[in-house]
Amino acid sequence: MAKEKFDILRSTCVPLPLENVDTDQIIPARFLSATTREGFGENLFRDWRYSKTGARNKDFVLNNSKFSGKVLVAGKNFGSGSSREHAVWAIYDYGFRAVVSSFFADIFMANSLNNGLLPIVVSDDFLKKLLDLIQKDPSTEVNIDLDKQTFTIISIGDSAIFAINPYKKECMLKGLDDIDFLLSIKSQITGYETNKSLAK
Amino acid sequence: MEAKTLFDKIWDGHVVRSITDGPDVLYIDRHYIHEVTSPQAFNGLKERGIPVFRPEKTIATADHNIPTKDQHLQIRDELSRNQVERLNENCSKYGIELFGLNHAKNGIVHVIGPELGYTLPGMTIVCGDSHTSTHGAFGTIAFGIGTTEVEMVLATQCILQPKPKKMRIVVNGNLHKGVSSKDIIMYIISEISAGGATGYFVEFSGSAIRSLSMEARMTICNMSIEMGARGGLIAPDETTFNYLRQLPSIPGIKDLESTVVQWKTLTTEPEAIFDRELVFDAEQILPMITYGTNPGMGMFVDGIIPITDDKNKEASSSYLKSLDYMGFKPGEKLLGHQIDYVFIGSCTNGRIEDFRAFAQIIKGRKKAANVTALIVPGSKRVEEQMAAEGLTEIFKNAGFEVRQPGCSSCLAMNEDKIPAGKYAVSTSNRNFEGRQGPGARTLLASPLTAAAAAINGTISDPREFFTV
Repeated sequence: MAKEKFDILRSTCVPLPLENVDTDQIIPARFLSATTREGFGENLFRDWRYSKTGARNKDFVLNNSKFSGKVLVAGKNFGSGSSREHAVWAIYDYGFRAVVSSFFADIFMANSLNNGLLPIVVSDDFLKKLLDLIQKDPSTEVNIDLDKQTFTIISIGDSAIFAINPYKKECMLKGLDDIDFLLSIKSQITGYETNKSLAK
Repeated sequence: MEAKTLFDKIWDGHVVRSITDGPDVLYIDRHYIHEVTSPQAFNGLKERGIPVFRPEKTIATADHNIPTKDQHLQIRDELSRNQVERLNENCSKYGIELFGLNHAKNGIVHVIGPELGYTLPGMTIVCGDSHTSTHGAFGTIAFGIGTTEVEMVLATQCILQPKPKKMRIVVNGNLHKGVSSKDIIMYIISEISAGGATGYFVEFSGSAIRSLSMEARMTICNMSIEMGARGGLIAPDETTFNYLRQLPSIPGIKDLESTVVQWKTLTTEPEAIFDRELVFDAEQILPMITYGTNPGMGMFVDGIIPITDDKNKEASSSYLKSLDYMGFKPGEKLLGHQIDYVFIGSCTNGRIEDFRAFAQIIKGRKKAANVTALIVPGSKRVEEQMAAEGLTEIFKNAGFEVRQPGCSSCLAMNEDKIPAGKYAVSTSNRNFEGRQGPGARTLLASPLTAAAAAINGTISDPREFFTV
């Protein structure tokens, strides 16, 4: 089934200069009881956004109207912990289309790529520079070009090249689905099964 | 030809096809599912109008969201009840074997899989749960996946996965009395950090690892994910084969001994090269406790909280924020610190040997008055064994609450939440902020350390309960 394509994104950014942000912070376990993929954006970073009484925590960046945009910029080791894909759904449903960090946990990275949320890895120095710039000037815009694999801070013209698996890049550029691909090679899968059972 | 590691042998033997400049198409031998990460995957199949490709290779259980009390009654929470009912419907519709709520063999997915003989050496195993790495203890490539990948496996019995790098972690030497496999893995994670093995699949070896029972090995592999590893495995040996020999049944295996002969080839060749190797001395390892909000923030239970997270710099703001959440300060000693809750259970330490260890310290003693203690068996089988061995009696006499099987307080999706600000010594696997309930303060530990804390009512060293 086709998905939304990603090729060029120009946007302001939301800074989250915290390291080791784990999936329990991104989407607490008590919100995993849904049976569909929608509506998780409401509970993104729930326990940081809202106090116990449900009041908005004005110190948390998502409640600070100075910052907005489709790009989340986070400290290193983002997305560690659980395999819950709901974390990615929450980030995407909230409105983000890319997350920038200097280090991502493996499972989170795979889940992101499977859902059209682009994980961009930059160096620690570039990340620091970017976070400082955004916090000083929330109108800082970036330009992400997936085909060229470039991440550019427009105002200063500073660019970073990011890595992405070529297969995943193609899927994101074209809005392609892994399951459609696997279904198309069914005969190879049954061929593998036959060989395995003959080998026994 | 290049010498192969065990990981290579299993991985390469399961590749259906390699995509140029892309991932491998990996065939999956065993797929475990549970109620929380499967509903959207089944919705996907329905939207595509396709069946489950190999239903006999998927095994289901209800564990994350279920209550651990009064399981015979209807689940009170509507969303939980809905998820469990969905799982029942989906398994029935698609022909998947379900060990659901109230089934005689129900339990936490990573406890029942091995118990029921579904996890076998040489397999590729996946589940929509990061602690799937547990099954690596049997010499398997087992790892956690997201819901989209669950749908992939249901639809085609395959997954697209880039091959990770390989790390070997060797642990040699003898463990001191009072030190368990949980302490080994917590020590390793504290040394290399919560992201230290990201991008790698780990093989654990060495004399200390070899000396461990299957359940102790499962604890080690279970927490490989907590250092960022894709998974962790231990090569099968006589300990593995003996465990399998004493199981009541192993589905799909007619002649166990001739299969054992094949399994004996599941080893890493002596000349095989790993991308990274680490060596640890078991004699350096003492009972551990975490003091922060990720599993890498651990220390010896009688240690002091480090002043900084990076010895070359001042403490980072993330580090201080973490300690502040926990109500601790750099340089503080934790031994003797009052605690409020003790949780023994989870896929990390919810098996019969864990409860036997717990009972070693509890027997003949009483739980501290200031402690609320939850004992949650990992499965119905474990629950029965606990009762048959008299352990349930010991726990009840000591003032502990013995519950029914489930993931329970590990992630507190159900009512078993730790209240805000309270300290819980827990045999589970994660101490993230709010993991066990909003504002809850988790201290990870082994069953022995948890038992010591439950008796004293404070963070304690289990070695004080063992005569030298």
